Amino acid sequence: MMIEDRVMDAQERIGFRLRALYSSCGYNRYRMSKFEEYDLYSRNKDFLFSEGVITFTDTNGRLMALKPDVTLSIVKNGRDTPGQVRKVYYHENVYRVSSAEDGFREQTQVGVECMGSVEGACVAEVLKLAAESLKLCAEDFVLEVSHLDILSALVDRIAPDDRVRAQILECAGEKNTHGIRQICRENGLAEGAEEPLIELLSLYGAPKAVLPKIRALAEENGVADAATDLSRALAGFTGTDMENRIQIDFSATSDMKYYNGIAFKGFISGIPGSVLSGGQYDHLMRRMGRRDRAIGFAVFLNMMERLTEEAGINA
Amino acid sequence: MLNIALPKGRLGEKVYAMFAGAGFECPELLENSRKLIFDNPEAGVRYFWVKPSDVAIYVARGAADVGVAGKDILLEYRPDVYELLDLNVGKCRMCVAAPEGFRDNADRTLRVATKFSRIARDYYSAMGRDIDIIHLNGSIEIAPILGLSDVIVDIVETGTTLRENHLAVMETIVPISARLIANKAGFKFKTEPIERLVREIRKEVEAK
Repeated sequence: MMIEDRVMDAQERIGFRLRALYSSCGYNRYRMSKFEEYDLYSRNKDFLFSEGVITFTDTNGRLMALKPDVTLSIVKNGRDTPGQVRKVYYHENVYRVSSAEDGFREQTQVGVECMGSVEGACVAEVLKLAAESLKLCAEDFVLEVSHLDILSALVDRIAPDDRVRAQILECAGEKNTHGIRQICRENGLAEGAEEPLIELLSLYGAPKAVLPKIRALAEENGVADAATDLSRALAGFTGTDMENRIQIDFSATSDMKYYNGIAFKGFISGIPGSVLSGGQYDHLMRRMGRRDRAIGFAVFLNMMERLTEEAGINA
Repeated sequence: MLNIALPKGRLGEKVYAMFAGAGFECPELLENSRKLIFDNPEAGVRYFWVKPSDVAIYVARGAADVGVAGKDILLEYRPDVYELLDLNVGKCRMCVAAPEGFRDNADRTLRVATKFSRIARDYYSAMGRDIDIIHLNGSIEIAPILGLSDVIVDIVETGTTLRENHLAVMETIVPISARLIANKAGFKFKTEPIERLVREIRKEVEAK
């Protein structure tokens, strides 16, 4: 029996369409339990979107949690597959403190993870899939892409310690260049030391327009390879109808204890926050004792609640 | 059309004067009426007055594309927004103040009265000092006088209120001023008008 679209709400329609898309691209469904041992989250607190986990004691006395995140479970339960790429997708509920800090909320996300020999072609494929996921939700979308190794190199040049580094990265995420200048002065850095970083943050927009300048800046700072990675990852969009939907923006930061390389966020016109978030997370893999490389993203279906057809949304 | 949330009150009027000087005027805004929303389609702007502490909420949730909020509010509530410009107006300091002659006894938990619990907690936790936060919504200066707290963490502009109540600044935590903030998603879809606004207002800030 075919299920008619009209019996589903926007979240469900988008969720099932995304699943169909990922399945048609060779991704296998990954199913998991609602619960996970709390210890997994206590060891990786910073990886979680929000502080706070719903915990309970299981009948055997173990402290369990309602999953606040999916990726950690997939990483924990997977095995290294050298020379291959394992591709999975999921459609799961997670339990997080909402941004308004008004308690826990159940959130539904659909996402993909690739683990194994994740090289340039795989990164480009995942980026394309992220853009296709956004297009499937709405015509008017933007996929914002950055490269954490380039950002990291320019921040490391000026940050004398981890505390200042964290402060500068926070400002970078806010496009707060006056804040970066102030931090540099407070920490006695030479006038102008922050200029390459500020130039990087000002280089946002269409890849065609900003990539040459990013390449020059990356070469000057010893991370030319990262600029090549970024160009290769985006090359697949050239000449396609999605080309003008891609923006490079180095304010798309992620916690570098876990993430590295390409990072990206997706936005849909009319929705106030990012509806998709992803990137490479080789550092998380190492922290969890895995040798594989990895990349993935999640689409936050709760954000789609207010999408309507009147607003020109594909849902 | 750019939706702009301005903080009601003296600071908002000062900020509006900067926006108007930068070419984004909307004269109707200053008329004494009960209207809450003001359009100027030619300048491509729609203004609305909101409570200063609510500006960041309007911007973070996308009801406003840009807005003007004090750094104190941004540090306290940490909204997920871009902070594009320091407007260099509404300048003051976030300070620790205490009754004149107060000496901190590190053996005891320090009782701190404040409207800015997060800022106070972050400041003292970076120093490793154990504190008891007493969250108040106004008239903070009265707390140490009545023995409710040992010190206060609050905004100090000229210091007159503190002096009149025999309180003195012990430490400055952070300088405060008004900031131009923008919704992150809104910025992606209205990049050009927001950039133009920032460019023109930056000229106003630098001219002062």
